[in-house]
Parts: sequence; structure tokens; C-alpha cells
Amino acid sequence: MNMAIRVFLLLLIILSSTYPTLCIYEDQVGHLDWHQQYIGKVKHAVFHTQKAARKRVIVSTEENVVASLDLRRGEIFWRHVLGPNDVIDAIDIALGKYVITLSSGGTILRAWNLPDGQMMWESTLSGSTPSKSFLSIPTNLKIGKDDVVFVYGSGCLYAVASIDGEVIWKKELTSEGGNIQQLIYPDGTDIIYAVGLVGLAQFDAYQINVKTGELLKHSSMVFPAGFSGDLSFITSDIAMTLDSTGSVLVAVHFQVGAISFHQTHVSELGRDFSGAAVMLPTKLPGMFALEINKSIVFIKVTNEGKLEVVDTLGRSTAVSESLYLSEGQQVFGLVQQGYGKIILTVKLGNDWRSNLLQETIQMDYHRGIAHKVFINTYARMDSSNGFRALIVMEDHSLFLLQQGEIVWSREDGLASITDVIASELPVEKDGVSVAKVEHNLFEWLKGHLLKLKGTLMIATPDDIAAIQKMRLQSTEKSKMTRDHNGFRKLLIVLTRAGKLFALHTGDGRIVWSLLLDSLRKSETCQNPRGLSLHQWQDPHHHVLDENPSVLVAGRCDLSIDSPGVLSIVDTYTGQERNRMRPAHSITRVIPLPFTDSVEQRLHLLLDVNLQAHLYPRTTEALDIFLRELGNIYWYSADVDRGILKGHAVQNNCILEIADSYCFDTRDLWSIVLPSESEKIVATATRNLNEAVHTQAKVTSDQEVMYKYISKNLLFLATVAPKAVGPIGSVTPEESWLVVYVIDTVTGRILHRMTHHGSQGPVQAVFSENWVVYHYFNLKAHRYEISVIEIYDQSRLDNKDILKLLLGKHNLTSPITAYSRPEVITKSQSYFFTHSVKTLAVTSTAKGITSKQLLLGTIGDQVLALDKRFLDPRRTINPTQAEKEEGIIPLTDSLPIIPQSYVTHALKVEGLRGITTVPAKLESTTLVFAYGVDLFFSRLAPSRTYDSLTEDFSYALLLITIVALVTAIFVTWIWSEKKELQEKWR
Amino acid sequence: MRSLKFLFVSILLVNLSLFVSNSFAFQSDELIADDEEFGIEGGRSLDPAVPTRTVSSPPAIRKLSSDLGSDPDSKIQFPLEHAFGDSDFSPAGTFSARLKTWSHGGQTLTKLRFSRNGLSETEKENFKKLLEGDDYYRIRVPSNLLSPPGREYIVSSVKARCLPRDSLDEHFMIHMEGVNILAVNYGSPGSCPYPRQFKIPAKWSFKSHTVLKNSEQAPRTPVFTEEVVGENGEGEMPPPERSFWAKYWMYLIPLGLIVMNAVTQAMNMAEEQGNGQPGAQTQQAVAGAQRGQTAAVRRR
Repeated sequence: MNMAIRVFLLLLIILSSTYPTLCIYEDQVGHLDWHQQYIGKVKHAVFHTQKAARKRVIVSTEENVVASLDLRRGEIFWRHVLGPNDVIDAIDIALGKYVITLSSGGTILRAWNLPDGQMMWESTLSGSTPSKSFLSIPTNLKIGKDDVVFVYGSGCLYAVASIDGEVIWKKELTSEGGNIQQLIYPDGTDIIYAVGLVGLAQFDAYQINVKTGELLKHSSMVFPAGFSGDLSFITSDIAMTLDSTGSVLVAVHFQVGAISFHQTHVSELGRDFSGAAVMLPTKLPGMFALEINKSIVFIKVTNEGKLEVVDTLGRSTAVSESLYLSEGQQVFGLVQQGYGKIILTVKLGNDWRSNLLQETIQMDYHRGIAHKVFINTYARMDSSNGFRALIVMEDHSLFLLQQGEIVWSREDGLASITDVIASELPVEKDGVSVAKVEHNLFEWLKGHLLKLKGTLMIATPDDIAAIQKMRLQSTEKSKMTRDHNGFRKLLIVLTRAGKLFALHTGDGRIVWSLLLDSLRKSETCQNPRGLSLHQWQDPHHHVLDENPSVLVAGRCDLSIDSPGVLSIVDTYTGQERNRMRPAHSITRVIPLPFTDSVEQRLHLLLDVNLQAHLYPRTTEALDIFLRELGNIYWYSADVDRGILKGHAVQNNCILEIADSYCFDTRDLWSIVLPSESEKIVATATRNLNEAVHTQAKVTSDQEVMYKYISKNLLFLATVAPKAVGPIGSVTPEESWLVVYVIDTVTGRILHRMTHHGSQGPVQAVFSENWVVYHYFNLKAHRYEISVIEIYDQSRLDNKDILKLLLGKHNLTSPITAYSRPEVITKSQSYFFTHSVKTLAVTSTAKGITSKQLLLGTIGDQVLALDKRFLDPRRTINPTQAEKEEGIIPLTDSLPIIPQSYVTHALKVEGLRGITTVPAKLESTTLVFAYGVDLFFSRLAPSRTYDSLTEDFSYALLLITIVALVTAIFVTWIWSEKKELQEKWR
Repeated sequence: MRSLKFLFVSILLVNLSLFVSNSFAFQSDELIADDEEFGIEGGRSLDPAVPTRTVSSPPAIRKLSSDLGSDPDSKIQFPLEHAFGDSDFSPAGTFSARLKTWSHGGQTLTKLRFSRNGLSETEKENFKKLLEGDDYYRIRVPSNLLSPPGREYIVSSVKARCLPRDSLDEHFMIHMEGVNILAVNYGSPGSCPYPRQFKIPAKWSFKSHTVLKNSEQAPRTPVFTEEVVGENGEGEMPPPERSFWAKYWMYLIPLGLIVMNAVTQAMNMAEEQGNGQPGAQTQQAVAGAQRGQTAAVRRR
């Protein structure tokens, strides 16, 4: 046994003694990996089609992306991802060549060059009072020689030169709680009107000199009943709003200087208008829209100030802003929902009855309802006006419609992935033949001959192109069945829109998608959102007759005590197999290590009342659960109060309706962190599916160290409460970082250590017996990465061979958390250049292959770093034996090897998470990085020592063997002949 | 053997801490030294674990003065409470310790003693029930010693069957941060093998071990200066000279083989050819061998 370990370790050392080269060749890009670019759910869109050779649409999205899309094909011309806190408030086009974006609550104004997306200028508009913000670019208004952009934000109105971003003038308009909502430019004067609400009851109008920003006149009037919601501007001097009860419509007339209110009760509009109404933010000519009784009512304001109901439509109707046609007419678009189709209508502003355009477009039911519509006009062949519409659907996908057809679509829901899980593909059945992949022998030989040419470097450029094409189009990697190496899998992803996608790992295509009804907005669920994905059923014994499935957990509202929703989805077909609407809330989903007879995994769902609910709700599951009742523990962390608690299941809940699947819990232990000195910032636990190959680690001096491997370990990092803010907000003396390693069954603190002068943000990853965490060292002004390794001392006396022979060892005794652990920890810290967004670790099928850390860098790339660099046994001068073991001499900082970027030249914009999935082949792990973009690749941390590369030339091997055999025969015959001749001589 | 080693390591550690902090003039093996005169500048104690002595029941609670503030070192005591299964908590013993105030304002606990109350008859019955049901024996202490119980009690629990040996053996490791207790690691001092056996203790008294643990400092990130770089350079010096055999065995073995081969051949020749020209042949072979040797030497 010992010998085997030693031989194995020797092998490992030999394998790992060379630095694994991670880099790939240029022609291998896109062979193993794929990269997809997205933008997210579109918030605003501005078309740029006039006088432009390349027609495009500029969009800003909820992922804080501003992008220019090709209007013909939907491809991205350019795109910029602003920071997570830099929310885009408005976009527009100025001077016909700049895209202006206003972001960060109206404080940052940027201009981007329209053709190539380069930033032209940036202005920071600082204001005192937070307020709403908007951007307004008047046509034909100049201050001096400059074209001007008006920005309202932080309570101030700014006039900014659009050519260079210089602030021409600034005027503070509103005090606390006030919001300017509209700027009005009367023709032919030097005056602009700014109108808005102050507080909830006062209407304000300002007259401002355009040239100087001087306030000419300020008039205001208080509406005693109070307003609710925003103003809807009908004409240049009438605005509509609702009173605070939502039952009275208020028309505000603000002609030159004078303000007057006209009230109309909502019920006067029609017989069945009752209840509170909500003003919808529309910009329609002479019209506004209200939402009453789950339907949208369009109301026209006539010239005499009369209100007139024009139409009542369903709630799922999307309305566009009005669009000016060349003849001075205004049009707007409406999208209504049908089953499996949508109806696009374009109407003239002053004539509701007739439609300029009405088109019905087939639309997949799993797109949900249309959320937004933007329309644009173009001149048709017969010089009439044609319309195209950009539609944002419920699943965040984007469509361009023209002439009743979908011109292009984008799956931008994938920009907001919240959880990922990998699922196996179906097993190859007898009916499906493998041989079909290789069409015939001739093709196969030709392919290999080409590869052979490539290997021998005698290939012409045409051949090289053919080889490249062959590699990329290899049908092998995008097949819908399991492969021998386990490279082909399905990635099931849950997006923020509540849609599930199955992506094929071979080429990243969408195999199926499903908009979960349980995660759609409904009467009972006002604000649903998905929480997490869990493997519900992963059949091994029943592979051929059971499909794997995933559990989607979600909750109805933002608050933690809102009722939860559960769905079980078949991962082969993408059908919702079962839907459960538990009455209880879901705070946590704990997958238990038990499965029932059809290999459904048992899950324990915890609610806010600290009750545990068992799923699936079958008696079989209950039997299994009751058998293991005493061995189920979990912990909860109250981040706000700094209290950790350990729990166990007690007995059935005492409820009005008896529920044998509901259990009460009891507290077993608690850890109370002093609130004045520690605040929880990060936790990390081991991945439950992680495989650890060996518990023993043989050091160079023939000592054995036993890794302390427990699935119940928790890494916890706390910082001083003052140091929770951004880096630099505290001095090194008043900030510290405390790290803990806690056993979550007994609540024992196995290790506790303070880093003085350090602060968060902390990123951590826990694997096997080690934890690696990243933080900022204020004293050294640098980021640091630390490693803690935990070793078990209680097994140290197993080294004695005699004892092993006599069976007096404790290697086979069951491990229990109630034994007092004798652990030692080793720790070391290193400087690291990058700040890190996320940390992950590679995982392989058996855990034999050495590990690599995957760091999501601030530049949105994924960097692979060998775990050997983070080894607490590193010393400055390792001995020869230690070097042979693979210990790298200690350096104060970790090297960043440019070739070890997993993402090579690509960026995963807005990187949020990295998931690793073991392949069946031990050497290889699959890496999926997601953010706004998606990136997938295959990694072999110690190189593919257990397989030949895919482009290995079998033909060359065959030819060599054949040549050798013939050579043997030829030389044999020769020698025979020669011998004969010798004998005859 | 292991215990010896552990002892050695702990002595080493103690020595090290002595060396580093330069404050503990004398390290008692049962209590940490009364170190009021030798206050460490910089607060937290460096030694990872300060073992305190074992006190067995019956209890001996004495009234201790606890007037804080005036005296830099004041005595403090806090209760230990226990519960059987899901019962309510009841007093089980008292910890007493010395609260040390440092010059910079920090406070730490030293000289922790623990005295446990004897188990009453009902408690014994309750404990037996726990043992039968393999249920939890739970303890709790206040989380803040100056304003007990602080925000919440620190709770810890153990399967009751882990405790009985001859008597009831228990082990407390109290993690402290200033005057706050963060956590109590509570359990049996040794192992608790999994199929927990039902065993009634011979003696119904507790044998307690208490350890006080303060925060450890993380090792500093090594900052390499020029000097260290020099050292590094030194480290790359060629390794010490190895023996002649170790260095050149790969040349010597083939050489030996050649020589042997040549010799046997020469012998055969001599035998075969009898008195042909034996001298010349051998000489040739030897010369050949010599040439081989020179060539080998040159190759080095």
C-alpha cells in the first residue's frame, strides 16, 4: 500500500516537475473553447439610420452595457460594459456622431464616438441633492457656437457642450425631494421651461435663460391633495398626473407664468373605471395611459382640455415612444400579446382608429410577453413610410421585426445568469450509429492525410485552412450523446428572467430553453425570482429509463419570508416535470447525500421559521430520512448580527395540519462574533461533489502528513466594522481581517487567525484540506493571497508498518466530528498584483490531477494559477529533496504567467462566476465562466497525461508501423539472399 | 511516543513565545504566569494555547471581588450552565479568571479556573436518559464577560455518550477576543468512536480540562530585500562535490565491460591460437582498452 502510494507519488512528481504549459497555439483557439457575447436586457434604444451607411441601433441595458448593434444582422459593432454601480440612466445621440450616456444617478456624462465606440469625453457633474436624472438633447438650439446637451441630475440643471463635454452653465433648481421632469423649448426664444414636482404636493415651473442659465422666473403651486407618481406631458403646456389616492386625474396647465389645476375623477371617464389608477410612463402625442383594473386605458386630451377614453387594452401591452415622421406627424407602436404570436400595430398620433401598420408575428410561447418596444421608420421603395420595431421580450431576448418577419433575434437573457449546473447527455442508444460520424473510409483517410501534412509542415495554406475548418466543425464535439471522455455535457443555466437554458458544451448552442411559469409574474407572485438550481435526479443505475432532472428553487418576492416556488425540469427534454408551490418560504436548499430507489436526491428546505421540509414528499424518502435523522446537521449565519448557529433536526412540526414532511429544528451550538470588532464579509465551503484521491501526503523526508478532510468545514472571514467600506477608507491601524475555519457539526473553531492592517473585499475558495483567500493589505498597499492547509495529527501514528500489519491502526475507523480533532494548520501569504472578482478551483473526476486556482481578474479574464504556488511549505531555499517533491522556492509575490490566461485574448465582460465541472477523463476539467459574456473551455492542469490529443495523427502512426514492418521484411529477404550468396561462394 | 513529541513541540513553542515576547519570566506548567509586571506591548498574547489546570469537583466557589475599573487586574467570574436534551439551562459551574487590562486599553483574560458543581440526583437521572437516548448534552456561557450575557449566549453541545470514561471527562476550549467569548469547543478530551457505546460512568463527577485560546497572528508576507536576493543567489551555488563513483559511474561501467570483454577475448585468442603471437594480441587488446579509457576520459 505504502509502496503503491510512493510509486504513485513519484509518478505525480515526475508529471508535475515540469511547469505545465497551459498555453495553446494560435490555431487551437475556438477548438476547445467557445465565447459568446451578450448585452443584457435592453432599457433604452436609439436608432441611427438617417444618412448612415451602416444602419445601427444604440442600446443601453440593465447590465450597464452601452452597445451599438448592426440593424441588419443584430451583431455587436461595439460595446462597453460600465461598472456594476454605474447604472445607465439615459442615452441619446448628439451631433449625429456622438452617443451620449448619462449614468451613476446623473453624475457621469460620457460621449462615445458612434462609428467605433471610442470615448470622446467624460464629464463628472457633481451635485448636492440626489434626485432623478434625465438627458435632453434639443434640436437646433445653440449656445454661442456650441451644440448643447441639457442634463438634469442631483438637483441641478446643466448645459453641456456636446463637442467637448464642457459645462457651459449650471443652475441649482430644486431643493430636497424635488425632481425636474421635463424641459420644454419654445420655438424662437432664448428661454427654456423646466417643470417638475417638489415633494409630493407642489408643482414647479422655471423659466431659464438658455445662454446664461439665469433663472428668469420661478412659479410654483401647491396641490393640497398631493400627487402620486410622475407627470405625463401631453403638449408643451399641459401635464397629467394623479392625486395621492390614484382616483383623481389632475391636468396641470402651465402657460406662461400661470399654473392651474383641473381635476377629473377617474370614474367620470367610464362606467367600469374604479379603484386606484397608476400613470404609465408614456410619451404619446396628446395622449396618456393609465393602468386601471389590470388593463391599460389610453386617454386623449382634446384641445379644449376634455378627457376622452380612446381604447382599453390588456395589461400585457407594450407601447413605444412617439416618433416624428418627416411630415410633422407623430406615430407610435403598440405590441399586443396573442397565444404564440404577437401583434405589432403602428398608429398615427392623432388618429387612433386607423392603423398605419398591423402585423402578426409568430413568437415562441417561451419568450413570454413583450416588455418594451422601440419603433423606427424607413423609406420604402414606393416612398411611403415603412416601420421596423425592436422588441424586448419577457425572457430579455431582443427581436427586430420588419415586414411582419423576425429579421434577427438575440438571446440576451444569457447575460444575467444566476446559477449553473452541469447535466449529462443521453447515453448513445443502439439505434444511433457511431460510424455515421466518419462518413466513409476515404474521407477519414483524407482527413488524416491532411493532418499528417500539417504535422510534417508540408501543408499549403489552403490545406491549413481546411484543417482548421475540420477542427472547428468536428461533428464529434457537438453530438447530443455522451462521449467516452465526458467532455460533452449540458450546462443548465438559470437566468434572472426566470428562464432555463440548456447549453451544449461542445459549441455553446442552446439545446432547449424554458420560461418557467412558476417564475413569471402572476397574481400570487408579484416579483418572482429564481434562487438556485440543484441536481434533483441523476440516474446512474437507471440511465436508460430515467431522465436526469434539476430542481429550480425560487421565491415570490424580494423579501426572505415570501412563499417559495419549486419546479422540477427534465434536462433531456426541457419539459417541466413537476411544479410544487410550497406554502412555506425558502431560505436555503440543502441537498442531502441520500437518494431514493429512482435516484431522486433528498432535499431539505429551510424556511424562515427554522423549520425543515423534506422533498421529495414520498414515504420512501421519509423512511430514508428518518433513518439518517441523527446525522444531519447544518449551520446558519446571521450576517447582520454576526452570529453563527448550528442546527439539527428534532422532530415533526406541530402544526394545525399534520405534516410528516415538516420537522422542527434545534440549535446545537452558536458562535457570537463581537459586533464592535468583527463583521462577516465572506464565507466559503467545500463543494460537496468534490473527489479527494488520497488523504495522505508524503513529504520529501518520507514523512506522511494526513490531510484533514471534512465536508463540514466552513471558512469565515470577518473584518473590522469600520473597514467594510472601500479600500482606503480606513487606516491600517483600525482595520483587521480575521479568518476562521469552523467545523459546522460541532461548532468548533479549528483555526482562528488575524491579519492586521488588512481589509476586504475577501474572495475565498475551499477545496480538499485547504482554503485560499484574497484580500487587501493596507500596510503593504497591495493585494494578498493567503493559503491555510489543515492536517490531521490524530492519524500520524499510522506510520508504523508493524501496527499496520497487526491491524492496530485507526485508518478504517469511522470518522466522527465528536472526537476532539488534533489538527495543525500551515499558512502562508503572498502578494498578488490583480484584484480578483471571483475565485474558483479546478475539479477532476477522481481528484488525482493537481489543482489549479482560477482567478477572475478585474480585467474580466480567467487566470489559472497552479496550487503549487500556494503551498505553505515553500521556503526560500528548498532542499534538493523538497525540490524533487515539486516545492517552488518561496517568492513574495505570485507570478502571473501571460500564457496561463484560460481566456487567452478574450474577455468575459462583467465576469460574475466561474464553475468547474469534472470530465470523465481524469486529467481534464471543464470550465464555464459567466458574466455578461459566456466562456467555456477545457483545462488540463497537469496536461492530458491520460489521453492522446485530438489531432493526434493516427495515420502517421499507421504509416510508420507499416513502413517498419515492410522494412523488416525487406531487410530479412535481403539478408537471406546475401546469406545464400555467401554460402554459394 | 507521540505525546513525547507533542511535549517537545509545546516546550519549543513555549520557549519560542518566551523568546519572542520576552515577557514570561517563568512558565508554570499548570497556569500561565502572573504577568502583570511584564505587560506585553501590543496586546494579544502570542502563544496559541494557554493550558490551564484541571479542577475536579466538588466545587469551591468563593466570593470574589469584581470591582472593575479601579484595579488594572480584576477578578471576574462567569457561570457555566447546562441543559439535558431540550430542557432549560441550569447552573452547572463557575469559571473564574483574572481580567488583565493592558496599557493600550485592551483587556484579556488570564488564569482561568473552573469549578463544577456536583450533579444532583435528578441531574444524574437526566444524564442517564441522555445516555440512553444518545441525545445532546448542552452547555452555555455568556458571550460578553463584562455585561453578561452579552448579546446572546454561546451554546455548545455534545452527544452525551461521548463524555463517560471512568468519570465524566470534558474538555473546554474557550476562544476569546478581549472580554468577548467567541465560541466554546466542548467535547470529550479524546476521541468518540462512531458507534457510540452506551456506558454508565463509574463516578458521577466531572473531570474538566479547560484551555483558553486567543487570536493568532497571521504570518507576515515575506518581503524580500536585496539581501535575501543575495542569499537566493548563494542558494544557486553548485551542490557539494560528489564522489568520483557517483559522478562517473555511467562511464565506468561500460568501460569495465569493455575491458572485461577485451580480456576474455584475449584469453580465448590465447587459448585458440596457442603459441601463435600471444604477446602481441594481448598488448593490442590492452592498448585498445587504454585508448578506450583515454577516449572516455576525454569525453568527460
